[in-house]
Amino acid sequence: MTQPRQSTASVVAPLLACHGLTMRFGGLLALDALDLSVASGEILGLIGPNGSGKTTFFNVLTGLYRPSAGRVEFGGRDIIGASPQQVCRAGIARTFQRSRLCLPLTVFDNVMIGNHLRLDHRVSFNVLRRGALRRQYDECVEAARSLAATFNPRLSSRLFEAAAALDMIDRRRVEICRALVNAPRLLLLDEPSAGMTRGETRELMDDILQIRAARGELTIVIIEHEMNVIERMTERCVVLNYGEKIAEGPFRVVASDPAVQEAYLGQAVAEA
Amino acid sequence: MRVPLEADVRAPARASDLPVAALGIAAVAAWLWAFLVTDRVAILGALLAVAAIAFVLAQRSAVAKRYGLALARRPRMGVAFAAIGVLAVAAALHDQPYPLLMLCTVMLFVVACIGLDIQTGYCGIVNFAGAAFFGTGAYTAAVLAKQGVPHLFGIVCGAIVAALVGSLLILPVLRTRGYYAALVTIAFGILFSTFLEVNNALGGPQGLKLPGIDLFGWRFNRDVDIGGASASFYVNYVVLALALALGAYVFSRRVDRSWIGLTFDAVRLDETAAAAFGIGIARAKIIAFTLGNFLCGLAGAVYAMMQGFIAPNNFTFGESLILVSILILGGIGNPLGIVPAALIIIVVPQKLQFIQEYRFLLYGILVVLILLFRPEGLLPRPVRRYFPAPR
Ligand SMILES: Nc1ncnc2c1ncn2[C@@H]1O[C@H](COP(=O)(O)OP(=O)(O)OP(=O)(O)O)[C@@H](O)[C@H]1O
Ligand SMILES: [Mg+2]
Repeated sequence: MTQPRQSTASVVAPLLACHGLTMRFGGLLALDALDLSVASGEILGLIGPNGSGKTTFFNVLTGLYRPSAGRVEFGGRDIIGASPQQVCRAGIARTFQRSRLCLPLTVFDNVMIGNHLRLDHRVSFNVLRRGALRRQYDECVEAARSLAATFNPRLSSRLFEAAAALDMIDRRRVEICRALVNAPRLLLLDEPSAGMTRGETRELMDDILQIRAARGELTIVIIEHEMNVIERMTERCVVLNYGEKIAEGPFRVVASDPAVQEAYLGQAVAEA
Repeated sequence: MRVPLEADVRAPARASDLPVAALGIAAVAAWLWAFLVTDRVAILGALLAVAAIAFVLAQRSAVAKRYGLALARRPRMGVAFAAIGVLAVAAALHDQPYPLLMLCTVMLFVVACIGLDIQTGYCGIVNFAGAAFFGTGAYTAAVLAKQGVPHLFGIVCGAIVAALVGSLLILPVLRTRGYYAALVTIAFGILFSTFLEVNNALGGPQGLKLPGIDLFGWRFNRDVDIGGASASFYVNYVVLALALALGAYVFSRRVDRSWIGLTFDAVRLDETAAAAFGIGIARAKIIAFTLGNFLCGLAGAVYAMMQGFIAPNNFTFGESLILVSILILGGIGNPLGIVPAALIIIVVPQKLQFIQEYRFLLYGILVVLILLFRPEGLLPRPVRRYFPAPR
């Protein structure tokens, strides 16, 4: 198999490098000795049939699961066994496959949850120093407004509405804002197109590319079932099947790989 | 889900609304006075009916909403109006110790329930041991008063000991989730009252006697003379309980309308997502639990000294359930709702002696009805606004 971009990725030290990453749930091998690296500034696609371990990979990276074996280095630091907070501190932010917005809270509040590490949480500050809190709050409103405006000016005018009042695409945007507000180095997107129409998906991807262009230096790993999203967004993708990496390379190369076709075909047959 | 939107908050409110809002508070004060003095079932029923009708009308009326907003924009004025209202009621009741005692009890229970609300309503830690923390404060104050410790110090210690006991209990609570955490608190609540029953140093089932509060020489249990008119000593306790209730209210509002309140919300609504954004779940829960138990213990300490006598059966699991029903009735997460709920749940059974025996049955029915027909309680929690909207 030809892997034209592999060389460029390995010359510079990768931002994220996993070696032999294994996750076992009882008898089920959800990740099977996965080797994977992500170069700084890259958009990597992660694809594979249902249940192939993509979300599990994110959960292991972000400290929700402790892997059974393997190493993960992020920015040269070992992050295996780190708690979710430590991973967040290291600069990894994510969205979830099933929306995990706090629906009763406002858009602003949801975005500020992502900004937690920058906020002052001392009880004395919050209760007694209301003037100082007010200044921090005003700055945050400004930051949230401009971030939301990068996505959609309409969204930035709805900052103080409950997230429950938003439609699907705006909720997804808020989730991405929440992940981006603290300026992470690595953004993990778990099926951002889930539950949206093709047009909405395209709009959302435009937004993401636009933000990335504005920010520079944002590395993204994106899990997707929509192959045209993968084709459009990524330079390189990794295919998982039963937790194993079965192919890696530019989408067009990978898509014509017989092993990949068989994995997806196997699923189609099983589902039929 | 009913979520008030920013648009509502922006509804026009004028400074000229304030006198009318004050009039509304005067009406509420008059109602409160009647509610506290009456001992006739028919009048009590009529008052409750009037309150219910006024409540429903106020919910529908745009004018009432505007007055509410005018106050919401001036939180200090709202607090001042409430203080004036309660003091006016106390003045009207100055020679009637029993209604004054009830007023104090309600306000102290409001303090304890605000504490529970910080835990349950904000942070999602269900605490079925509220009475145990209340009792911890009460017994601490009693023991210290016996030792001759200055009362102010004893009361503060009551609150601190309750918070400390809570920080031990939080360890198993942190290791468990949802129902199991609630079970841990139930076990603690039952353990606490059993412990009091068998502990002879704490008076066993007979309980302990306490002196009245003496703050820097001001003896709370002496009747006061105001310009020739003699007032029941309970007026002292009204002033203290009012200060505590308003303080607890302002405190809990500030906690809610800050990054801490947001952190609590994130932990309550989705621990996994909260952790993924760097929120320390354990830290948030410890803070909420400690603050809440501090308020419970504080209320308990003052309550004990006001009553002059405490016994284990004041702090049973059943009493914890009363605190929880006040929260559910008032609206979990909204400290304002606690006030009407505490009035109903505490005062009505006192008035209707014949239902005393059945009061748990009635609370049970009330809670079931609320959960069925108005799960968000009398006053649902509004969307967070960190600061009052510009005038
Ligand atoms: N917490 C868990 N406990 C047990 N098994 C799990 C757990 N999480 C995931 N699995 C299993 O691990 C396998 C991989 O699941 P995962 O969610 O990673 O798949 P996925 O590639 O994200 O699939 P999809 O495309 O449907 O989202 C599945 O068989 C799943 O049932
Ligand atoms: Mg998945």
